[in-house]
Amino acid sequence: MMKVSREKMIQSLFGVLASGSLIFLLGIILILFQQGLPVFRIVNIFQFIGGQSWYPTADPAEFGILPLILGTLWITVGAMLFCIPVGIGSALFLHEIAGFRLRSILKPIIEILAGIPSIVYGFFGMVIIAPFLQNLLDIPVGLCALTASLILGIMAVPTVCSLAEDALNYVPKSFREASYALGANRWQTLTRVVIPAAGSGISTAIILGMSRVVGETMTVLMVAGGAAVIPKSFLNPVRPMTATIAAEMGEAAVGSPHYHALFAIGLVLFLFTMVFNVVAELISRKYRLKLGLGR
Amino acid sequence: MKKLSNIIVLSLTSITLALAGGTTKLRVGGSTTVLPIAQLAAEEFMNANPNVTLSVQGGGSGVGIASLIDGTSDIADASRAMKDDEIKTAVAKGINPVAHVVAMDGIAVILHSTNKIDNLTIDQIRKIYTGKISNWKEVGGEDRKIVVLSRDSASGTFEAFASLALNGEKVRKDALMNASNKAIATTVGNTPAAIGYVGLGYLSSKIKAVTVENITCTKKNILTKTYPLSRPLFMYTNGKPKGELKNFIDFILSKEGQELVETAGYVGLK
Repeated sequence: MMKVSREKMIQSLFGVLASGSLIFLLGIILILFQQGLPVFRIVNIFQFIGGQSWYPTADPAEFGILPLILGTLWITVGAMLFCIPVGIGSALFLHEIAGFRLRSILKPIIEILAGIPSIVYGFFGMVIIAPFLQNLLDIPVGLCALTASLILGIMAVPTVCSLAEDALNYVPKSFREASYALGANRWQTLTRVVIPAAGSGISTAIILGMSRVVGETMTVLMVAGGAAVIPKSFLNPVRPMTATIAAEMGEAAVGSPHYHALFAIGLVLFLFTMVFNVVAELISRKYRLKLGLGR
Repeated sequence: MKKLSNIIVLSLTSITLALAGGTTKLRVGGSTTVLPIAQLAAEEFMNANPNVTLSVQGGGSGVGIASLIDGTSDIADASRAMKDDEIKTAVAKGINPVAHVVAMDGIAVILHSTNKIDNLTIDQIRKIYTGKISNWKEVGGEDRKIVVLSRDSASGTFEAFASLALNGEKVRKDALMNASNKAIATTVGNTPAAIGYVGLGYLSSKIKAVTVENITCTKKNILTKTYPLSRPLFMYTNGKPKGELKNFIDFILSKEGQELVETAGYVGLK
């Protein structure tokens, strides 16, 4: 009798702990909507999303976040252009070419990269990379989308590399053996069997890397330049959504339209990352069915 | 973090004092520019006078003045003088606002140390910041695109700069909006084509402060208001302050209080 009730107690304890994150998520969503939606009493949603001017403190104030959305997108695309080849490439190297000893040295090093605080990356970018690119490319100012993309790309490498390597490890040995048995060489096995079989995991790795880039705040605040203008090239300064919230939330009067507008930006960001996560989930399900993998 | 710890200290002190009873409560609110001064002064003042509780808030000059008029605060911090209609509303409600200048605020316009330009007029500064001038050659410099740096539009320094130099016009969209004075000073120091503005305390050898209308940005010129980008910072009270309210204002104006003003990054009156 004692044992059963104790078991139940422990079960419900863990149940509560597990639902804790769900409660937090719901709470955050609720607050985002509650604090973000009031801004649409002042601007309509199309003016907000499609507006090209962000002058939150001017009189009359303008709340157009298109330049901010585009700033985030440009930086994300740029970072992925850097991070996908490097991240997937290092995963393939670790998995296929590096021997046990080399891997046991390289993998922890790549993972240390993930442990560096983002403000350190930001400082490094601001003080070293930005002036370097400014001289190298002869651009007016080194704080631009390119610099931000480069640094965020480096920051996302450990996420992408680590998850992609895990995905490659999950491919059953039998797949590879079957491929060799049919006479395929190592390259053919890799490109036609192993990578497609790990495709869902690799896509998930890329998308989670993207989520990391979209949500990164401190680094872009320091290196992206912060100009709320629609970017025309990677050499233009941009102002991503996260940097806008971080820079202005401290000074916006609580309950003012500006305050609600910043929450509404948070809502847009949340929708962005939610779409990424749903897409990641869908891709991995689709591949799982196609390959008949049991995981 | 400093701010946060100040707030924590303030609130802890106020809780303790409220429990102890027999205290004078003073409410201070308004301009975010004056906020650091008010916070530092309140902290020191409450250490010396445990029977007084000061609650300090931001919100902006307009908000502070409105709450003084409503009677919901005892001191309104303002980074501008009260407007005529604000004074009329106050008088209509039986409030008699008295201004106390507690500090001076000066904004230096800075360029990269290699930039040959030494002086800019207010008109040139406005045209550069609003987008009518985009090349240094238009103000007598070399043929180079100007990189414009500004503080975030929610900051007090921006508010001051906008009212003193921009005449309420909007900053060009491609201006790099920075979250701190330090970031502006660093970027201008690294960028030959840049122009920026910072508080007097952020000048260094890597950057060059231009003269504005041929007047150098020095403490002396700010105090005499001959430097164009300078302004007084106010605390407004209802009528001549009495009792602890008077003690607090006197404390800010004392030598010790004015040292706190300098700590907060502004120009002390003495």
